[in-house]
Amino acid sequence: MPRIPPPPLPKALQPRPKRPGENGENGATHPLPIEAGISVVDWVDERMQMSSGLRWLLFRKVPRGVNWPYTLGSATLFAFLNQAVTGVFLAMYYRPDVSGGAYESIRNINDNVFLGQLVHAMHKWGASVMIILIFLHMGRVFFYGAYKYPREMTWVIGVVLLILTLAMGFSGYLLPFDQRSYWATVVGVNINAGGPFIGPFLSNFLLGGADFGATTLSRFYAIHMLLIPGLMAALIGAHLYLITKLGIAAPPWIKPHVAEDGDHTLAEAEV
Amino acid sequence: MPGAFEGETITRRNLVNLWAQGAGGIAAAAFTLPALGFAIAPIFKREPWSWQAIGTPADFPDNVYETKVITITPGIGEAGNSIAYVRARNPAIDTEPEDQYNHWVALSSRCMHLGCPVRYVSAAERFICPCHGGVYDFRGMVVGGPPVRPLDRFYTRLNDGLVEIGPRYSVNKELQRFSPRFPGEPIDGIGQYLYPAQFATSKKP
Repeated sequence: MPRIPPPPLPKALQPRPKRPGENGENGATHPLPIEAGISVVDWVDERMQMSSGLRWLLFRKVPRGVNWPYTLGSATLFAFLNQAVTGVFLAMYYRPDVSGGAYESIRNINDNVFLGQLVHAMHKWGASVMIILIFLHMGRVFFYGAYKYPREMTWVIGVVLLILTLAMGFSGYLLPFDQRSYWATVVGVNINAGGPFIGPFLSNFLLGGADFGATTLSRFYAIHMLLIPGLMAALIGAHLYLITKLGIAAPPWIKPHVAEDGDHTLAEAEV
Repeated sequence: MPGAFEGETITRRNLVNLWAQGAGGIAAAAFTLPALGFAIAPIFKREPWSWQAIGTPADFPDNVYETKVITITPGIGEAGNSIAYVRARNPAIDTEPEDQYNHWVALSSRCMHLGCPVRYVSAAERFICPCHGGVYDFRGMVVGGPPVRPLDRFYTRLNDGLVEIGPRYSVNKELQRFSPRFPGEPIDGIGQYLYPAQFATSKKP
C-alpha cells in the first residue's frame, strides 16, 4: 500500500546532525524518546490528514504592518473560551429554581465551593471583558477598513456574533436571581415588548407566558447555556474559516507593492 | 429531454435525487417542527386566573390606598407576587363609568414605562417609580416622566362579603379598558394597533 509522504518536521523535532567522532550507526539503535512521539503523531496524521489543515490554519502569510490591534479578535475568542469553560463548571452547581433555589445555589458557589467565588467571578467579569473586546475588535476592523471586499461576509457573521454576545449578556444577567437580576430582566423584556407588532409576542416567548412565571428562569438558562453558545460556536468556526481562507487585510497605510512587471500585489512576509 | 427515456419528463437521476432530498427534508421537519411548536406554545396559551380575596369592604377607604400583596403567578414564591394599591371607588373623582368590576379601584404597581414597581407616597398623593422617575397622580394618570399610559388596573368584585381582586387590564388616557399590554406600549390612537392584544391574556375577567 503506498504510503503518503510525511510532512516536513519542524526544526525542533528534526534529528540532530552527527557530531564529529560520533558513531551514527550506534545512535540509531538507541532512538530518542521524542521519536516514539513522532511516530504516534505520524500514525494518527496518516489516517486523519490533519497536519496540512493545521498548517493551513496556523502557518499562513500575514501582511506587512500588522500590529497589536490585530490581536483583538483572538482576545475575544479567548474571552469566549473562558466563558465556555467557566460556564460549564458553574452549571454543575447552578440550579435554575425560581422559588429561591437559584439564588441559594449561587450563594453556595460563592461561599462553599472550592474556588467557586473565583470561577463565578471569572464568568461574571469575563462577560464584561468579552463585550469590551468584541467592540474594540469591531472598531479595529471598521477603522482599518478590513470589512471591505472580499471580507463582507466575515463582517456580517461578526455582527451576528456581536448580537449573540449581547443576548448572552442579557440572558445570563437573570441567572443569579437576586433583586438586580430580576428587575433588570423585567425592564429588558419590557423594552423588547416595545417593538411594534411582534414585540409583545417575542416577550411572551421570552417569559414563557404573559408574566414572569415558573418557567421563565429555566427558559433563560436554556437559551444562555445551550441555544446561543451552540450558534456562537458554529458562527465562530465560519468566522475563522473565512479569516484563514481570505487572509488578513493589510493596514490601510500599507501601500500596494508594485513589482517591476507592473503587477500590483500587497507586500507579504512570512511571520 | 436529454438523459431521460422516450416520453419521460424527468431523468431517473433527478427523480431519485428529489426522493432523497425530500426524505431528508421530511426527517428534519419531523424533529424541528414539534420542537419549535413546543418552544413557542406559551405565546398561544391563555393563562388562567383565580380571584383572590384581599379584605372586607370596610378595609378600603376612598381617600387613601391600601397596599395588598397579590399573586400573579402561583407556585414560584416571591418572584410570582406583586403589589396592588386598592381603595374604594370615589364618584367625586372617578369619572369612568361604574360597573360590577370597579366598586374598588385596584391599581397595579407595575410602572408603565418599563415595569419597575411604583410606590405610593401618601404625602404627595402620587405614585413614584424609582427607576426612571415616572410620576402618577391619585387616579394613576401620568403626571410626569416617561410612562406612556396610566397605571394598569385589576378587576375587583364583592363575593361572599369579601373584596376579591381579579385579572389585570390596561387602560388608555380615557380609562377605557383594554386587554393587558406590556409596559412601554401606548394604547391611545394608533398604539392599540401597533401593540395588539396577546393570546396569553384576556380583556374579560
